[in-house]
Amino acid sequence: MSTAPARRGLLSGTRWMPYALLLPGLLWLALFFVTPILTLLSTSLQEGSISTGFRLTWRIANYTDAFWNYREQFGRSILYASLSTLLALVICYPLAYFIAFRAGRYKNLMLLIVVAPFFTSFLIRTLSWKIILADSGFVVRVFQTLGLLPAGGRLLATSVAVVAGITYNFLPFMTLPLYTSLERLDASLIEAAGDLYAGPVTAFFKVTFPLSMPGVVAGTLLTFIPAAGDYINVRFLGTPAQYMLGNVIDSRFLAVLDYPTAAALSITLMFTILVLVGLYVRRAGTEELV
Amino acid sequence: MKTNLAGPAAELRITNLVKRFGTAAAGANNFMAVDNVSLTVPPGSFFAMLGPSGCGKTTTLRMVAGLEQPTSGEILLNGKDITHLKPYHRPVNTVFQNYALFPHLTVHENVAFGLRRKGEPDIAKRVDAMLELVQLNDFGARRPAQLSGGQQQRVALARALINAPQVLLLDEPLGALDLKLRRQMQLELKRIQTEVSTTFVHVTHDQEEAMTMADTIAVMRHGRVEQLASPVDLYERPATAFVANFLGKSNLLEGRVTGTDGALLLVETHGVALRLPAANRPATTTNDLLVGVRPEKLHMAAAGAQLPASHNKLQATVTDSSFMGVSTQYVVRTAWQQELTVFTQNLGIDGMRARDTAVQLHWDPQHTFAVPRTGALPETEEET
Repeated sequence: MSTAPARRGLLSGTRWMPYALLLPGLLWLALFFVTPILTLLSTSLQEGSISTGFRLTWRIANYTDAFWNYREQFGRSILYASLSTLLALVICYPLAYFIAFRAGRYKNLMLLIVVAPFFTSFLIRTLSWKIILADSGFVVRVFQTLGLLPAGGRLLATSVAVVAGITYNFLPFMTLPLYTSLERLDASLIEAAGDLYAGPVTAFFKVTFPLSMPGVVAGTLLTFIPAAGDYINVRFLGTPAQYMLGNVIDSRFLAVLDYPTAAALSITLMFTILVLVGLYVRRAGTEELV
Repeated sequence: MKTNLAGPAAELRITNLVKRFGTAAAGANNFMAVDNVSLTVPPGSFFAMLGPSGCGKTTTLRMVAGLEQPTSGEILLNGKDITHLKPYHRPVNTVFQNYALFPHLTVHENVAFGLRRKGEPDIAKRVDAMLELVQLNDFGARRPAQLSGGQQQRVALARALINAPQVLLLDEPLGALDLKLRRQMQLELKRIQTEVSTTFVHVTHDQEEAMTMADTIAVMRHGRVEQLASPVDLYERPATAFVANFLGKSNLLEGRVTGTDGALLLVETHGVALRLPAANRPATTTNDLLVGVRPEKLHMAAAGAQLPASHNKLQATVTDSSFMGVSTQYVVRTAWQQELTVFTQNLGIDGMRARDTAVQLHWDPQHTFAVPRTGALPETEEET
């Protein structure tokens, strides 16, 4: 039979040791991920009210009702998240490119500046956008002067403000993965493209950008997924006319106490994001680069 | 099958090329990478730039490729000034040191890259022909990561050559390969160069590699061309002490010119009279020079033995010997305590000479060269 010598490491004495090491993590996941998901699933199929109590009746119609009633907010979640992701990509790519290739000895300083907003709370940062975009603020005045905004027009309480807020809040999540993938890009590949008759623009689209795809995928996912579930930006910078699904879930759970609808919406959103992300990652096809 | 693989081989001329890194005000950071280099590479030749790390050979190559801007000087290709052309406008291509193959493209797409950019016809057919030339016919669909080092090297060569460059630049192309593969690829490269008859400019720090492949070698040091000659001339008639020791081994003796004897130059070294071809006298104004002779040119005879009258002669004592199979390497000491190296072929005529044996060294004056003493003494070159 097998005569392979047993590998001896500090902790490899027994066959069950690896599983034992996994145990704390598995327990944690079971307790704080699997249990809530199951509870959520169960809640989404219940009927009743806070006064009469909720009973599990396997009411699938909770889903169709919830989706139909809040289809507008649902669409807005996906739209705002997509717009913000795209905007963040357009803003962060040049920034990450600059830090990776041109910043020289200021590289670390610039990375620090990128993550610096994290040192203050998410709420404070969003609230400060309220001041920036205020009706009497300089941004509105500049826009009005340039004719981009009619006299008396406002930015606050519009979709523009909400998308701007979401975009801003997720800039570091986009910049860091982009920077990482650009930073490890071998500069001689860009030289080789130039040597093979590719001008700077062609070299970028044929070599640099395809090779930075892992960063693009990671950055867009890190932005899109939380952005689709966001409700803070609408709360501070928008009005009910800009409500996203997150706001509906928030009010159903905490204000109206309509738990089944809130749960059904949560699961629908989660499932939709999973499907979109799955399709996106397959389409981006970055496996061979990693 | 007929394919046009060969480009119109061009003459490359470099005049007074200078590359300074850092600004004039930067003081110590101001580094002269290439210091007034002028050379001409004849069309269709295999030209090597040889030197230790930091000698400026790669910087020179990168300036020809357009990847580095010269501080001053000119680069001419068939008489046309390309000094300030962008790399993608130059009819030259490069085989990069670490190949720089595009990891997201297949071998076929890598090789087709240049032709696609130029929008040339028959790309698929030409790529196949090129892959055949480098013996990678069946590898077109693979990614670079799925190839061995030697195969990647050949893809890099194919990717550059397919554009029919007027000059092909090779930056330490074999540096990443192991010894055996390197020897094999040297022959391969030489075969391909003969086949396509393009001008090859090859940068290397491996003197054997340069000697085996190149028609002409420029030995570089501290940003300057130390000597430019054929491998045989470099070896037999090195122009400086650095070249004499960078290419193989040399015994160098301090000497002083005392006169001439027909076509021979008379030199006195530590009281011994030596002769060498007058043509080998370095172009210096002083009479002080270093007389050189290669270890394998030295013959060793027993003390008191009859020696050919025309030969140069020295008395010495054996201090060390190492048996190396085909030859034996002796270290001998002269009367003035200088150690010399002697290679003797193991012909089986003489036995090994024991330590402390007194011997006579003698050699043909024709095998004697001379180099200037200035900046002469062999030194260890810094790695960068």
